[in-house]
Amino acid sequence: MKAPLSWLRDHVAIPADTTVDQLKDVFVRAGIEVEAVQEGAEVTGPVVVGKVLYRNPEEQKNGKTINWCVVDVGSHNPEEAPKDIPEGMHGRGIICGAHNFDVGDHVVVALPGAVLPGDFAISSRKTYGHVSDGMICSQVELGLPDDGTDGIIVLGDDAPAPGTPAMELLGADEVVFDLEVTPDMPHCLSMRGLARELAQGLGVEFTDPVTTCAESASGSVEVRIEDDRCARFVAAQVTGIDATRPSPDWMRRRIAAAGMRPISLPVDITNYLMLETGQPLHGYDADKVRGAIVVRDAVAGEKLTTLDGQTRTLRAGDLVIADDSGAIGMAGVMGGAATELSDSTTKVIIEGASFDRASVSRTARSHHLQSEASRRFERGVDTGAAHATALRAARMFAELAGGAVDEAVTVEGDPAAMPSTVMALDLPTRVLGMNVPHDEVIATLTGAGVHVEVEGTQATVTPPTWRPDLRDPYDYVEEVGQKVGLDRIEGILPSAPGGRGYTPAQAARRAVGRALASSGLVEVLTFPFQSDADLDKLGITADDPRRRTVRLANPLAETSPWLRTTVLPGLLAAAGRNLSRGQDDLALYEIGSVFFALDDATPAPMPPVDRRPTAEEFAAIDAALPKQPRHLGVLLHGAWRAAGWNAPAEPVTWRHAMGVVELIATTLGIELVRRQAQVSPFHPGRCAEVLVDGAVVGLAGELHPSVVEAHGLQAGACAVELDLDAIVASQPGRGAIPPLSTFPVAKEDVALVVDEDTAAADVAAALREGGGDLLESVRLFDVYTGDQISDGKKSLAFALRLRGADTTLTDQQAAEARDAAVAVATERFGAELRS
Amino acid sequence: MSGPNTNFDPVQVTPLDEDQVQKMVEEALAAIEGAGSVAELKQVRIEHTGEQAPLALANREIGALPPQARKDTGKRIGQARGRVNQAIKARQEALTAAELEQRLAEERVDVTLPVELAPRGEIHPITGMIDIVSDIFIGMGWEIAEGPELESEWLNFDALNFPPNHPARYLQDTLFVDPPEHHQLMRTHTSPVQARELLTRELPVYVACPGKVYRADEFDATHLPVFHQVEGLVVDKGISMAHLKGTLDHFASKLFGGVTTRFRAHFFPFTEPSAEVDLQCFVCHGDDTTCRTCGGEGWIEWGGCGVVNPRVLVACGIDPDVYSGFAFGCGIDRAVMFRNGATDLRDMVEGDVRFSRSLEGLAR
Repeated sequence: MKAPLSWLRDHVAIPADTTVDQLKDVFVRAGIEVEAVQEGAEVTGPVVVGKVLYRNPEEQKNGKTINWCVVDVGSHNPEEAPKDIPEGMHGRGIICGAHNFDVGDHVVVALPGAVLPGDFAISSRKTYGHVSDGMICSQVELGLPDDGTDGIIVLGDDAPAPGTPAMELLGADEVVFDLEVTPDMPHCLSMRGLARELAQGLGVEFTDPVTTCAESASGSVEVRIEDDRCARFVAAQVTGIDATRPSPDWMRRRIAAAGMRPISLPVDITNYLMLETGQPLHGYDADKVRGAIVVRDAVAGEKLTTLDGQTRTLRAGDLVIADDSGAIGMAGVMGGAATELSDSTTKVIIEGASFDRASVSRTARSHHLQSEASRRFERGVDTGAAHATALRAARMFAELAGGAVDEAVTVEGDPAAMPSTVMALDLPTRVLGMNVPHDEVIATLTGAGVHVEVEGTQATVTPPTWRPDLRDPYDYVEEVGQKVGLDRIEGILPSAPGGRGYTPAQAARRAVGRALASSGLVEVLTFPFQSDADLDKLGITADDPRRRTVRLANPLAETSPWLRTTVLPGLLAAAGRNLSRGQDDLALYEIGSVFFALDDATPAPMPPVDRRPTAEEFAAIDAALPKQPRHLGVLLHGAWRAAGWNAPAEPVTWRHAMGVVELIATTLGIELVRRQAQVSPFHPGRCAEVLVDGAVVGLAGELHPSVVEAHGLQAGACAVELDLDAIVASQPGRGAIPPLSTFPVAKEDVALVVDEDTAAADVAAALREGGGDLLESVRLFDVYTGDQISDGKKSLAFALRLRGADTTLTDQQAAEARDAAVAVATERFGAELRS
Repeated sequence: MSGPNTNFDPVQVTPLDEDQVQKMVEEALAAIEGAGSVAELKQVRIEHTGEQAPLALANREIGALPPQARKDTGKRIGQARGRVNQAIKARQEALTAAELEQRLAEERVDVTLPVELAPRGEIHPITGMIDIVSDIFIGMGWEIAEGPELESEWLNFDALNFPPNHPARYLQDTLFVDPPEHHQLMRTHTSPVQARELLTRELPVYVACPGKVYRADEFDATHLPVFHQVEGLVVDKGISMAHLKGTLDHFASKLFGGVTTRFRAHFFPFTEPSAEVDLQCFVCHGDDTTCRTCGGEGWIEWGGCGVVNPRVLVACGIDPDVYSGFAFGCGIDRAVMFRNGATDLRDMVEGDVRFSRSLEGLAR
């Protein structure tokens, strides 16, 4: 919303010494953000009124026609007339490319010495075979708002004498506030509302441009309201107008300064008054309206060609203005082309109406048709302004376009009274946490136009018609808070009851991140979107659960329309970006949500909001949402350690991927079992499923060579993806500390020959099981395949540590325990003790 | 020691002469001094204090002396042997110390050589900021709440008093799950966690909720369609906007060091009264009109806040006549930008390891 200060001053008595910064502060305190303040055009030097004495179109070699003009600029005329102008003329010779003017017109001339916006210095110069001694200017060239004129500024007949300084005349010294008006302040979408806020903020007088609000009355235009979404419809008629008359300069200038384009006198009058009062108006060519004007619901399929030339198919629920021929306008959104005002219009009907906010909003959205009118109606328009504004428009038509106002104005419908509510007078003090005495509460609200009826410690408050946002007691508290100033609030730190600290899951997730970072992994964050192509590139098949993607209705990029089911594509993209920037050795991790579609997607319930949802409703909301566990993803690439002064480079291998899994397990004090698996996108021989309590919670391994190639990575790149939520959930509550035996340890080494595809972890588990309580630890220290043992076999050498809890083990006891351990491995895997 | 010599030979007692003894001592001392290493000294020790050493042999002769001479001679020999032993001990210590010193000198290393226990990793600055913020609220006795990123429309909008036709609900602002009629979306703020907490926790509630949020927004140096917020929510008896101010001042002061906040009246559907909260510039404190952190304004836009709208409490089954509350939301990514000077928001999500590493341990 752009507000020229001179326009605001029409309605509020701003003291002359008030600075722009003070006005900004008043706006900010009222909850209106000041996005920018434009203080006058950036023009220096002489810019004056000129009268065109002579205009000679001269065709140039390039096909362009330029005008060779003589312009009278009064006291700025040269003492000696230039040689190449017609004899007897007294003025400056100026070349002008525009054509929207004629001899006798008053124009604006920048004289040599003037500097226009963009550091454009005007000087006398030779061009097109003449000496051009100045420049005839357009609005834009002077840094003024584009008022829609195609060409230079042509001043009205009432322009002052040639030579008069022109900038002030053009309103170029105007201060314009660019304001962001929040949806709760609909009245501030008008000069009237903004002036009202300034008046209250400065404590000065406000003059309301909206004065009358008539009872309903029938008039010269027949109007029927057949839908209660229209609370009032005022129709004022003006006959005998000349629609071709130009809008006055002051009107064009103000409309342009307020950010709209002046178009024609009839349109400008309605827009001007809408900007001033906040009441949208619409003009109909009365001669084109067939029969009575009816406000009704649209018939589904009904057609309407709107002012923008589009033919629209209406839906039931669209509120329309109709006549005998059908719909002639979308109520509060846009008028129809059939009854549009034109140059030949002589009789105009001006509509000033009150339409339902939600209805206008729905219609505007569903037809993708936002207008200045709909923007105001959907936020709430003063129901008391329709009559006065329509009447003012009618009088303006009569004054500026000629004609006569039909005194019998039709006023149909009586808007409902504004809803009042009861507020405790100490509510502002309690809610704001600062003392606002009752008197101040009452004075502040009264100052905002609220009707306050005090009964003891309570007040019945009724908002003025221009404040539909004031409904609940808390709305009034906000009004009071803003007006007395939120800066009066002094902070008090509330004391929370003892909190429980981080939940175990929160602490565990943080520990995992810290452990990964401490072990050399770098965290990255990526967008959680993916495409089918991402999954194809990973070799993930159609039946894989990672294909159960959730689609977005309006994805940010059509190339990634899905929510991710795996964090690997994001990590691979990040890896690619790092590679392209010369960073080849990568150990990346990301912790983030992934999303799996439910088998049968159902709508999430939308319970009412005037009560707590039932437990069933709340459960149904959660049940309808896709599963979205947090995943940990890791991507390892290049060297785990770069070559150093003391060691060669250590390339990333599958062992590092498994090491990450082990790191998570030891960090959380849980067991993560690794089991050989063949799952995309991994190397079929170098991939582990990771299990917690028998359930698969992730994958780790070396990436499949084809995946490596598809992503332009170096061979040997590895990845891990774990369901971190599932893993964290398996964390035991607390650990136990066993008594420490102080008896000596007995060490036994065993080398077991097993089939090559037997898992070392399984053999170790068998030893542990067989060794019983005496077996303190099992450590694999050698894996051997080769000449010494037969094909298809491998030798696993384990170091066993045995210890008695309360006795020193004899050699025999140790040997028995060792044999018992080996026996289980033998029984389970046919392990043979290698001698 | 052998028994007394009863058939002593006066001829053989010449070594017991005072001169002789002195000579033996001097020879021994010279040899000790000449020993250049612990090993050499060991040889000297054998030669001059061993069983075949002259002084040892002389000592053995004492028994052959006439009884009246034994005392003097014994004393003389004893003193001589003492001097030698003492000299050996002193030399031993000196040589050991010298040898240790030499060994240590030889073991010198260049301690500036690059070393690492494990390769250097790092958490992301956003994660670091979330942790710092969470610690501040945990320190105040609050708890950390969480909610799903793919949320129901009811919790994201309806429960928070967004009217059915509110512009934020439309596709140009909100990422909806397909089909939109299923009323599921990517949460546009962390505020649905407010409703979840009020529906599931016992009162009073003091929670902070850091997390990821989504908007159908541009992706450029100053806009991210996926970014992070921290939401604060308190619902208790007698809570006012003064408690909100006190909390934000404390939070600002902990996070940025000794700065305060101010309110600017604003509008949000789920708070009433509502305000935008500005952070006093922690770099210039408003004293520098050319300050790059605050643009010379002295204040930095930080987030939105207000008193929880009673309509939100009603939708969560809480009696607004008994309880009141406040809520606020601040941008995490923006905080990283102005607290740590990041200049391009795109860096936050592009995965360049240089960005993640840039805080070099200070993120943790």
